[in-house]
Amino acid sequence: MSIKQKIVVVGNGMVGHHFVDEMAKHDGYEITVLSAEDRLAYDRVHLSEYFSGKTAEDLALTTPEHYNELGVKFFTDAKVTNINKAEKTVSTETGDKYAYDKLILATGSYPFVPPIPGKEREHCLVYRTIDDLDAIQASANSGKVGVVVGGGLLGLEAANALKELGLQTHVVEFAPQLMGVQLDKDGGELLRNMIEGIGVQVHTQKATSEIIDGEDCVHRMVFADGTHLETDLILFSAGIRPYDNLARDFDLQIGERGGIVVNNECQTSDEHIYAIGECALWNNFIYGLVAPGYTMAKVAVDNIIGGEQQFTGADMSTKLKLMGMDVGSIGDAHARTAGAKSYTYFNEPDDIYKKIVVSADGKTLIGAVLVGDTSEYDSLLQYALNAIELPKNPDSLILPSSGEKPTLGVDALPDTATICSCLNVTKGDIISAIDAGACDVAGVKSCTKATTGCGGCAALVKTVTDHELEKRGVEVSTDICEHFAYSRVELFHIVKVEKIRNFDTLIEKHGCGIGCEICKPAVGSILASVWNDYVLQEDHLPLQDTNDTYLGNMQKDGTYSIVPRMPGGEVTPERLIVIGEVAKEYNLYTKVTGGQRIDLFGARVDQLPDIWEKLIAAGMETGHAYGKSLRTVKSCVGSTWCRYGVQDSMAMAIFLENRYKGLRSPHKIKFAVSGCTRECAEAQSKDIGVIATENGWNLYVSGNGGMKPRHGDLFATDLDDETLVKYIDRYLMFYVRTADRLTRTSVWLDNLEGGLEYMQKIVIDDHLSINQELESQMDAVVDTYQCEWKTTIEDPKQLKRFRQFVNSKAVDKNIEFVTEREQIRPARGDEKSYKGVQIHTVDITTDREVEPA
Amino acid sequence: MTIEKQWQTICHKDDLVKNSGVCALLANEEQIAIFQVKDDVFSVGNWDPIGQANVLYRGLIGDSKGQIYVASPLYKQRFVLNSGKCLDDETVAIKTYDTRLQNDEVQVLA
Repeated sequence: MSIKQKIVVVGNGMVGHHFVDEMAKHDGYEITVLSAEDRLAYDRVHLSEYFSGKTAEDLALTTPEHYNELGVKFFTDAKVTNINKAEKTVSTETGDKYAYDKLILATGSYPFVPPIPGKEREHCLVYRTIDDLDAIQASANSGKVGVVVGGGLLGLEAANALKELGLQTHVVEFAPQLMGVQLDKDGGELLRNMIEGIGVQVHTQKATSEIIDGEDCVHRMVFADGTHLETDLILFSAGIRPYDNLARDFDLQIGERGGIVVNNECQTSDEHIYAIGECALWNNFIYGLVAPGYTMAKVAVDNIIGGEQQFTGADMSTKLKLMGMDVGSIGDAHARTAGAKSYTYFNEPDDIYKKIVVSADGKTLIGAVLVGDTSEYDSLLQYALNAIELPKNPDSLILPSSGEKPTLGVDALPDTATICSCLNVTKGDIISAIDAGACDVAGVKSCTKATTGCGGCAALVKTVTDHELEKRGVEVSTDICEHFAYSRVELFHIVKVEKIRNFDTLIEKHGCGIGCEICKPAVGSILASVWNDYVLQEDHLPLQDTNDTYLGNMQKDGTYSIVPRMPGGEVTPERLIVIGEVAKEYNLYTKVTGGQRIDLFGARVDQLPDIWEKLIAAGMETGHAYGKSLRTVKSCVGSTWCRYGVQDSMAMAIFLENRYKGLRSPHKIKFAVSGCTRECAEAQSKDIGVIATENGWNLYVSGNGGMKPRHGDLFATDLDDETLVKYIDRYLMFYVRTADRLTRTSVWLDNLEGGLEYMQKIVIDDHLSINQELESQMDAVVDTYQCEWKTTIEDPKQLKRFRQFVNSKAVDKNIEFVTEREQIRPARGDEKSYKGVQIHTVDITTDREVEPA
Repeated sequence: MTIEKQWQTICHKDDLVKNSGVCALLANEEQIAIFQVKDDVFSVGNWDPIGQANVLYRGLIGDSKGQIYVASPLYKQRFVLNSGKCLDDETVAIKTYDTRLQNDEVQVLA
C-alpha cells in the first residue's frame, strides 16, 4: 500500500473550504487545514444577514463533525508563519510543524484601509469577518451616524448593514459614481438616486484627507475639497488586498501590486505550492468573487490528482439585491470593446435602467447593465456566455413588453451553457442528473448542488428541469390532486349523482389517502353548493380553508378581520354606531372596503364569538368575506335619490345580495347594480353586472377587476325583474357546476368552449334542457341559507373551538400592535417587545402570568 | 444543565377536533399544535417559521405519498407532522413532540 500524499491547506475561508470538500472526494490524500481564524469556514457572501437575524452557526459552511467525517485534520488559531520549501514543511506561530507534498495557499484577502491620518482612531472599522461585525454592532450601539468609505459593491452592502443597525448612514466615494466596476455612469446615477431615496446619503468625488475629533459626533472627516462630515463610526470598504505575506517572505513570485502569481494550473512559482482565491494573481488579475475562487479550487484539485483542467479566467457578471434594489452587470458593462454598440432603456418614473452592449457586428451580446429590474438578467447572461446569436432587434430583449418579447427558450441553450455559475453547473449536468433519476428540482439540486451558492439561478434551474422532464414525457394531468383521479367537474357530478354528503364517503369510494389542502376545500365547496349544510358541522369542518374554519379573514399576524354584511352598501345609523362601538371596545382597525362595507381588523380568534354576538344582536349577519362565495352587490342609489336614476337599483341590489348570499362557489363572486347608464356602481367589472335602462335591466356577465381586468359581456337587454333573476340563477349555477377550483367567472367563460354564445343558448334558449334543474338547485340553496355566525354562537361545542389554547386562558403574546394614524396595525418584528418564550412564563395551573425574574 | 423531558398532561381527548387541530401552551410557554388524524394524535410547534406567526394549528391536514402534514394557513407550506420537515422548503422545519393518549388524556413529552 502506498503512503498517502500530504495536502496542507493554509486558510479556511470559502475557497479554502471548497478545496477541502473537493479534495476529500478523492482517496489517497491526507488533508490538513490550518486556519488563523478561531472558527471554521463560513459564508461571507451573506455576511450582512448576520444583522438581520442569522447567527454564526447559520452562516457556517462546515462543522468539526463534517471535517471529522471526511477524515480531514484541522487546526484553528493556527497561523502559519514559515514555509520551508526545501524541506517541504510549514510551521505555525506556536512552532508546530507540518510536512506537505502539496501546499495550498488560500489565505484570502484583507480590506484595504487608505492611508488617511486618523484611520487608527476608535470606531474606525472594516467589514470582512464575523468578528468585524461584532465590533460594528458594538460601535453602532453608542453612535447615531455611520459612514462607509467606498461606494463599491461591498461598500453598499456595508452601508445596508449600518442602516439596519439604525444608524443615519452615509457613503463616501472617491470616484464620480457608485459601483464603478459594474455599472456605467447612468446606471450608477440611478442607483445613487434610489439609495438616497431610502435615506442613505451619498457623497461622490470625495477624498478624505484626515479624520479628527468631531464637534457633534465622535469623528470629523475632512475632505480634500475643504468640506467635512461628522460621524460616530467609519467603515472602510475601499477594496481588498491579497494576503500574500507568506509568499513574499518565502520567495514565491509576487505581482507588482501584490498577489501570489499563479499559472493556469493555479501553481505558484514553486510547483508544489498552489494559490487559490483572493490571494492568487492570475493573468495579472485578482478575482474578488467567490465563483472564480471555487473554479480555482477545482482546478488545483484536478491537477493534484493528475488531471489537466486549467483556469482560464472567469465571468465577473453579478446580479444582486442591494438595499432592496435590483442591480445586475454582465461582461463589458462600459462598452470598452472596440466597435461595441449599446442599446439603452431608461424609465425614470419607475426607476428602471437597462443597457445592453453588443459586438461590432451586432450579432452577440457582450455586456449589460440592469438597475431597478433584473428580470432579464438570466437570459441576457446566457446570450453573453454562450454567444447565442441575437434577434434582429436586440433592444427587444430589454424593452417593456409592447409586443412579443423574444424569449430565450431553454432549448436554445447548448449543453455547455452554465446555469449555476457559483457551482459551475451546466445544462448538461442537469440533464445527466435527470438521466440518473432526479425527477424534480429538489433532486437536481441535491445531485448537482446548483442554486446552493448565491441562489440567483433558481428560476432558470427550475425552467431547465421542468423542460427536460416534459421532454421525457412526464405528463400534465387534469386530476385535482394525488387523492382523486378526477377533475372538479367530475367530482361535482359524482357528489350529485351518488348523493354523497361527506368527504369521507367520497374519498373512500372514489379516492385514496386522507386528502390535502387542494381537494378538501374543493370538495367542501361542492358539498355546500349541492347540499348547503352548515359548513362547520363535524364532518365538513376539516375540509375548510382557515378563513372558513374560523369564519373570518386571517391576516399576516394570525388575527382575523371581520366584515358584517351590508347589502347594497346600505346601513342604518344605529347599526353603524354598533359597528363603531364594537371596533372601539375591541380596539379594531377600521376601514371601508371596496365592496361598500366595513372591515374590522385585528381580532384575536378568541374574541371572534363575542364580537359576532354583539353584531348579531344588532341585527347584522356574516358578510362571507372569508368564503369562496358571494361577496357584495355594489350599488348606486338609483331612482330613489339620484336625479338621473331610471330604476330602483338599491332595491334590486339588496334583493340580489340577500338571494345569493352564502352560495358556495369555485371562487368568490361579486355583483353590482347601476341605476342608469352612467354606471356609477361599475357593474361591468363584476362577475354579474346589472345596469338599469328605461325598460328594465341589462345583464352583463363575467367581468373582473383585480389581477386580470375584463369588461363584462352584455348577455341580455331590457329584462324585467323576474327574468333577470332567472337568468342569474341559471348562469351562476352552471358556473358553480362546471368551473375548475379557484376559477373566476371571467376565466371560466374565456376557457369555455363556445363561450358567451353557448351560455346564451343554455340560459336563454334552454339548449340543454337543464334550466329547471339549475333554478330548483338555486332555490334549494336560497331556502337553506343560514347565517353561519348565528349558528356558531348558538352552539357551545363550536364556541370551544375558538379558544386560543385548550389548556389556558392566556392570549398569544406574539400578537402585538402599534399605533399608526390613530389606529392599530400589527407590530413588525423590530417593533415587538415580546421576544420569545424566555421573557414571560405562564403558570398554567392558575393561568397567571409570571413576570420574568 | 439539561432538563429531563416529562410527559405533560394537556387536555382531555374530547378537547381535540377530529382531523383538525387545537393549540396548547406548555409549562415553558411554548405553543404547540395538536392534531387528531383519524385515530392518531400528533403535536408540533405552533409557530409558522415562514409566515412568522403562531397559526399552524389552524392549518389543513393532508397527506402526500403517505406522509401526513399540516399546510400552513398563511402561505400553504406543508410540514410533516411526525418529522417537522417542510415539504416545500428544506431550509426550515418545525419542532415535533411525542404525544400519547393515556386514560383519555392527551399527554405530550416536553
